[in-house]
Amino acid sequence: MTDHKIKIATTSLAGCFGCHMSFLDMDEKLAILSEYIEFNRSPFTDIKHCEPSDIGLIEGGVCTAENVHVLREFRTHCRILVAVGACAITGGVPAMRNYFDLRDCLEEAYLHGAGITNPQIPNDTELPLLLDKVYPVGDVVKIDYFLPGCPPPADAFLQLLLPLLDGKAPQMTGEKLHYD
Amino acid sequence: MANNEHTITIDGTEIHFKAGQTIMDAALSAKIYIPHLCHYPGLTPSGNCRLCVVELNGKHVTACTTQAQFGQQIRNQTPELHAARMAITQMLFVEGNHICPSCEKSGNCKLQAMGYYLGMRDEHYPQFNPRREMDASHPAVLLDRSRCILCDLCVRASREVDGKNVFAIAGRGIHAHLIVNSASGKLGDSDIAVDDVAANICPVGAILIKEKGYVTPIGRRIYDQRMISEVAFDEHVPEHEEHGND
Repeated sequence: MTDHKIKIATTSLAGCFGCHMSFLDMDEKLAILSEYIEFNRSPFTDIKHCEPSDIGLIEGGVCTAENVHVLREFRTHCRILVAVGACAITGGVPAMRNYFDLRDCLEEAYLHGAGITNPQIPNDTELPLLLDKVYPVGDVVKIDYFLPGCPPPADAFLQLLLPLLDGKAPQMTGEKLHYD
Repeated sequence: MANNEHTITIDGTEIHFKAGQTIMDAALSAKIYIPHLCHYPGLTPSGNCRLCVVELNGKHVTACTTQAQFGQQIRNQTPELHAARMAITQMLFVEGNHICPSCEKSGNCKLQAMGYYLGMRDEHYPQFNPRREMDASHPAVLLDRSRCILCDLCVRASREVDGKNVFAIAGRGIHAHLIVNSASGKLGDSDIAVDDVAANICPVGAILIKEKGYVTPIGRRIYDQRMISEVAFDEHVPEHEEHGND
């Protein structure tokens, strides 16, 4: 291990935060890990922008213009960028909207859906622009490693991170490889 | 036992074959796994998924359609073939809508299991996101063409085992798609039955039996327990009473 702490940044794009929850599932191992890592931008901190970091963990696919912005910021500032989980790697469940027109999705959700009392499609400059499709992160920026699973198990995070902390390439064992 | 003239060598291991057997048949009999998706023992091989391509005397051939012949020197597990199989599997993933977390076939899916077997971490190629027609017209059988990998197994099973000719592949190249033999083109108007081999042999989630998706919980399904390279040795065209698509 290096004598200085490894800086890790994480974010959830079009994801459910399940991958972050799985990260927390490391439980007491997190205490050990915390001796070697510190978090930059992450849901675990209140840092707004990704600053230069050693490892970036990206959860979720890319479904808005803001997601593209955040992802590019991570790519610029993270030496090693990891796509974490099914949504980041393939688009995942959010990408199920790719089989329909975006307008049809919006109308179903905000105009014709059950229980809607004031039908209107949200239209505010504060809202990030929706993309035509949900894209895997690898379609937008170069990704160095992929950690599959929905979510990847906590041990898979360890199997990825521990070699990276040592400056080595991670080798995932077969039993950690799951897509669901 | 075959005589000594009925031997071939796969990755340095000499195995016996029976007259008329393909390389795939001989390999499966000898418990040697050659990756495959469109092959199923008991059905006529079609050689269309190309995962079973092996190196035979320096040339590439499909193991499922090539007859075993004395003295063949076959290479199966090589880095080059592994890379080609990985590329094929990745392309199959991106050409359909294979979203494992939302697919009820997950754990029983051969495409998914092939990804595990090959150590596939990502799909590498850009997503195709196809929009293909779904057919929910049958009360017990669902057809989702967006997941079909055109392996042709349902076509052959319906013709050769069920004796019905329910399915066929129409179109070519990127336009190839599964069609249903009925006046309306709908599954509900065909004579497929829930116990037909054709309704149960789909290796992915393209043909599903309705209302049985979670009979076996995720985590206890076929490929949650065993690798595809082990399960393959036990496969045969099922008898009618032992079907079960869960």
